[in-house]
Amino acid sequence: MENIVEIEGLSKDYDVGFWRKRKVRALDDLSLNVKPGGIFGFLGGNGAGKTTTIKILMGLIFPTEGSAKILGSPIYDVKMRSRIGYCPENPYFYDYLTPLELLDYFGQLFGLDAAVRSSRSEQLLNAVGIEEIAWKRQLRKFSKGMQQRVGLAQALINEPEIVFLDEPMSGLDPVGRREIRELIAGLKAKGTSVFMSTHILSDVEALCDEVAILRKGKLFATGDLQELLSRDTGRRGFEVIASGLSPAAVAQIEALSKGAVVTGKPNGIAIEVENEESIEGILRTIRDNYGKLISVLPVKQSLEDLFIEKPDED
Amino acid sequence: MASNTERNLIVLIIVVAANAFREAIRDRILYNLVIFALLVIASAILLKDLTDGQEGRTIVNIGLTAMLFFGVFISIFVGVGLVSKEIEKRTVYSIFSKPVRRSEFIIGKYLGLCLTLALNVAVMGMGLTLALAFVGSTTLAANIWPAIFLIFLELMVMTGVAMVFSTFSSPALSALLSFLVFVIGHLSSSLRDLGETLGSQVSKVVFDAIYFVLPNLSLFTFRTEAAAGLIPSANMLGYSALYAFLYIVVLLGIAVMVFQKRNFK
Repeated sequence: MENIVEIEGLSKDYDVGFWRKRKVRALDDLSLNVKPGGIFGFLGGNGAGKTTTIKILMGLIFPTEGSAKILGSPIYDVKMRSRIGYCPENPYFYDYLTPLELLDYFGQLFGLDAAVRSSRSEQLLNAVGIEEIAWKRQLRKFSKGMQQRVGLAQALINEPEIVFLDEPMSGLDPVGRREIRELIAGLKAKGTSVFMSTHILSDVEALCDEVAILRKGKLFATGDLQELLSRDTGRRGFEVIASGLSPAAVAQIEALSKGAVVTGKPNGIAIEVENEESIEGILRTIRDNYGKLISVLPVKQSLEDLFIEKPDED
Repeated sequence: MASNTERNLIVLIIVVAANAFREAIRDRILYNLVIFALLVIASAILLKDLTDGQEGRTIVNIGLTAMLFFGVFISIFVGVGLVSKEIEKRTVYSIFSKPVRRSEFIIGKYLGLCLTLALNVAVMGMGLTLALAFVGSTTLAANIWPAIFLIFLELMVMTGVAMVFSTFSSPALSALLSFLVFVIGHLSSSLRDLGETLGSQVSKVVFDAIYFVLPNLSLFTFRTEAAAGLIPSANMLGYSALYAFLYIVVLLGIAVMVFQKRNFK
């Protein structure tokens, strides 16, 4: 299969206002393809259109224009849904059920046998870090973070080929986030594709192979994460960080390497230079002035730079 | 023989219905209502001394009326909540991302509540039967069950009405509209007669429309007759059951059509 998710010209307008209704475009002509086997990060700020896109893919809302396919089938194909998993943002489940009952119920909706439902439920609750003592406790007594974990478990009950996670780290403490990050990485290792919406950039950098960035409902950038980060942004080639230098020594460095950009850092100064040849002179000046060299690194665009980058003016 | 798809459809409806039943029976309000209805029925026994030998009749009258009103209360409030609560709490998100059609969900939820109502009506009916047996009206105790069946049919229709409203309006408005349908549904025959008497063409059309569009709930009313020891004829029971069945099919059809087009924002 070429692409596991194919989105073509997807747009969504919402009616807002009580008396005088007007249309607001939440998603604008989104076209996107996702390859199988990896972790796809779907990024964007609040209101960028991430959840709207996922809801359209899950058949919860209808697009104003455009179409989409998952695993080669149209999004309204009910049979295709037995091959996917979904954990909504801030999930909320039947609070009168226990996690075991919930997973069993959802397993029945997938037509799984009782024995399979039982063993998978236990295995998944263990995997998402729900302690056995809580398995028979009603979900109304669960915290937001625990509900989130149950949400992830239910999304995997059918062993999906692709799982859609809408802000999967939401409501989790740092330990929980690390556990879920490991779980998501484990899914990829088992060959499950992951489509994950988030605005937590460190999670994206740690997990994702490919990303798409949405801005105000429009696709801003998409592609392989490493390629996006290494693309030419006009920034200089290397960054030297040093500390313990006097103002005179800094002025000497500036004079030595014409065009270098020197900025203050909490732990000293950062000198950005265009070419490798300038580095030797800078290092010598630092040494001669009894400064302390902290690092020399090639300048790469960070995901944060990419995330907040302004679109090109046409 | 049913095909795989048909079997899957039936299995899914049963799974959804079983969960809706579980939801209803875990709701404490439901127990409170049933207990309260049983207390009302039991209190009728206390009227024994005031009724001058008519205690059986009084118990049946009070008992069946309590059963209808508490049953309608459950039908409307639980029926309205069945769908609207799922949307409000966003539990539908997880359901519809699974291989479940919206029609299967609606029908399953409806059947789950009907099962709950059947259990409630049976419990209240048993309470009424015991109360009648206690005062020695054993014949009445045996004869009230067809009237109870008619009440159950009415409750099934009212659940369908509540469900239709809850697919497109708020829970409070759905409950209010359902209650209005309940009241008008009991008066629709009389209103139609009134339309004939008034002689105006407009009033005739309006009251005829109400009669044909809203459920004719007087078809299920047999409380006074049951208190007099009468049993509805097989024809009446059959006609009422057929009417209820067809009306429910139409209601569920409307609920499914509205629900199919809903965006879950």
